[in-house]
Amino acid sequence: MAEIRIENLRKQFADFTAVQDSSFTVGDGEFLALLGPSGCGKTTTLRMIAGLELPTSGKIYLDGEDVTFNRASARDIAFVFQLFALYPHMNVRKNIGFPLLSQGLPKAEIKARVEETAKLLQISHILEKSVSGLAGGDRQRVALGRAIVRRPKCFLMDEPLGTLDAEFREVMVHELRELHNRIHATTVYVTHDQHEAMAMADKIAVMNHGIIEQFGTPQEIYNLPASMYVADFIGSPPMNFLKFTAGVQRGSRTVSVEGVEIALPEVHQDIAVGELALGVRPEHIRFNDSSALRGSVYGAEYLGTNQIVAVETGKGLLKARVPADHTFRIGETVGLELDSEKLSLFDCASGRAVKSSLYTEARHG
Amino acid sequence: MSAINSAHSVVEPSPTSKHIAGAIVILYALITMVPLAWIFLTSIKSPPDSISYPPKVLFSPTLEGYCNLFTTRTRQTPDYIAALPAPTSTCDEVTRKRNMVIAGPSNFLPRFVNSLVIAFGSTFLAVFLGTLAAYGFSRFKVPLADDLLFFILSTRMMPPIAVAIPIFLMYRELGLSDTALGMILLYTAVNVSLAVWLLKGFIDEIPREYEEAAMIDGYTRLQAFWKVVLPQATTGIAATAIFCLIFAWNEYAFAALLTSGSAQTAPPFIPTIIGEGGQDWPAVAAGTTIFLVPILVFTILLRKQLLRGITFGAVRK
Ligand SMILES: Nc1ncnc2c1ncn2[C@@H]1O[C@H](COP(=O)(O)OP(=O)(O)OP(=O)(O)O)[C@@H](O)[C@H]1O
Ligand SMILES: [Mg+2]
Repeated sequence: MAEIRIENLRKQFADFTAVQDSSFTVGDGEFLALLGPSGCGKTTTLRMIAGLELPTSGKIYLDGEDVTFNRASARDIAFVFQLFALYPHMNVRKNIGFPLLSQGLPKAEIKARVEETAKLLQISHILEKSVSGLAGGDRQRVALGRAIVRRPKCFLMDEPLGTLDAEFREVMVHELRELHNRIHATTVYVTHDQHEAMAMADKIAVMNHGIIEQFGTPQEIYNLPASMYVADFIGSPPMNFLKFTAGVQRGSRTVSVEGVEIALPEVHQDIAVGELALGVRPEHIRFNDSSALRGSVYGAEYLGTNQIVAVETGKGLLKARVPADHTFRIGETVGLELDSEKLSLFDCASGRAVKSSLYTEARHG
Repeated sequence: MSAINSAHSVVEPSPTSKHIAGAIVILYALITMVPLAWIFLTSIKSPPDSISYPPKVLFSPTLEGYCNLFTTRTRQTPDYIAALPAPTSTCDEVTRKRNMVIAGPSNFLPRFVNSLVIAFGSTFLAVFLGTLAAYGFSRFKVPLADDLLFFILSTRMMPPIAVAIPIFLMYRELGLSDTALGMILLYTAVNVSLAVWLLKGFIDEIPREYEEAAMIDGYTRLQAFWKVVLPQATTGIAATAIFCLIFAWNEYAFAALLTSGSAQTAPPFIPTIIGEGGQDWPAVAAGTTIFLVPILVFTILLRKQLLRGITFGAVRK
């Protein structure tokens, strides 16, 4: 097992930059999710780590060794493709054993390792079947089997659950995480689904237009989004923004959003007057009739245990996640109280979070 | 219930249209098979029956055509023939009835073997080179790929006879005239364009992920090509091989021009079979019948692949 480190990795296709100066480290045994919308360069990053694509510049280290220009076959990495790429002319056993065959292992050992892998993935009963007749979940497991049978240094997976239906996806998310807990292989997992990333990963790298917007634990990504983009991409509904024009000084503990004073974690940065955005998660909004921040109910979405209530404040639409026991009338005037300990402040010009006691400098990039 | 059964499905053709389609196919097959049947019937007629007018549909079959095809004969006096020991084969018997004796084997067998060697040899080479080239065009950034592909195709646009004279002169200079090697190279050159185009279509349909998976799993690109791409391209390769073989097997113009002796193939040889007092039609027909057999066998063996080859691109896997 190994650590993956990429430094200033960049990939250019003609005059289009697919990946820009990415740097991150995936620790030994860690599960990293590369998360981002379609076309943001996730697959390209993964393919460069695998050696299927050469970077325009930058370095890739595997276990401390510079492998930037090594062939894919020399990197000892396993890759699970989105469409699995199971060889249709081989049965399940041969598919799983194929990576071992290239190492010239004796037949008996290949057989033993294939069977051990099949047992781990609970697919022993389909070993002799043709891969073309398999159901989606079994194809998925065979693809995983082909990846883990070689005991490679690390696993790279490109949206491996993308083709499964929603119900089965959830099952596989648990299976994958459990598998990871058992074999502790360094994993880079590409997905555009925040729930998958949140559920499985130790670390998440949020990508946008080829740039890594934030790298951190799921908690950091969710609670301390480093940019408005991340705040908006993660969470459903995403973080609310209250936009206002003001400046803030180091040490401030309140901001004035168009006349309403709102307390927030101590600011550790001076920001000149400009457009700012106060970021608040839906679950950090409470209804309080005595609050100065007021608005009218715009709509409510009932979710069973709780509900999402949209409130038009005049400074933007706020969505609050509140208990489902209270029914709101459309148009009703309500007061809103924000959880001042959990608020983020963004500088709209740069889109970055303003440093505060909540965001200590070390914790976000 | 019966209403459901008689309802027309949107996707399934109705029984009536199926019957009509079947009838058309059978009619077409009959029309195309009549000449073949006529050739076969002629091959088992005696020379007088073969040229009688009106043509004979009922006749007593004989192997004379096949005997004449494989042998050369000389005329002898009836006394000489009567003095010979008893005939040892059917052909001896048939020949003696015409006051002739077998002098030796004809050139048909060597010409037929030439055809086999040249057609299969050039097919193998064309498919081999075509597969490699098609893989290259399909997977790598080849500079000017489109122009190169068009150039490759353009070699097939000219009628053979237009380049026959330069090739004839070139072959004479190179000492390739009337050699099997020369014919193999020529047919390979003509067929490789077809092979590249057909196979590129097939290989384009094989996702790159297969090779990438194999390369990540520790194989070189060549091994990945061999173990993962080729097995999936077999359909395309078989279809391409049949097309190449049919061309090389039937080719007449170049063969007539460039081969005359030891490397002559069957197509230019068969029409030159001369009997006594004119063309020996039963022998010509016998030669044609035998000539049809290898393609027939090859096509039947690979008919599934051939069908997919013809419809390739139309149906996605
Ligand atoms: N070989 C290539 N040549 C040119 N452009 C490419 C190539 N590969 C990828 N790109 C472009 O680079 C960008 C990033 O592609 P990439 O496949 O990495 O995105 P992704 O994040 O994996 O998206 P998705 O979720 O759709 O898979 C895309 O805009 C894509 O069009
Ligand atoms: Mg992708």
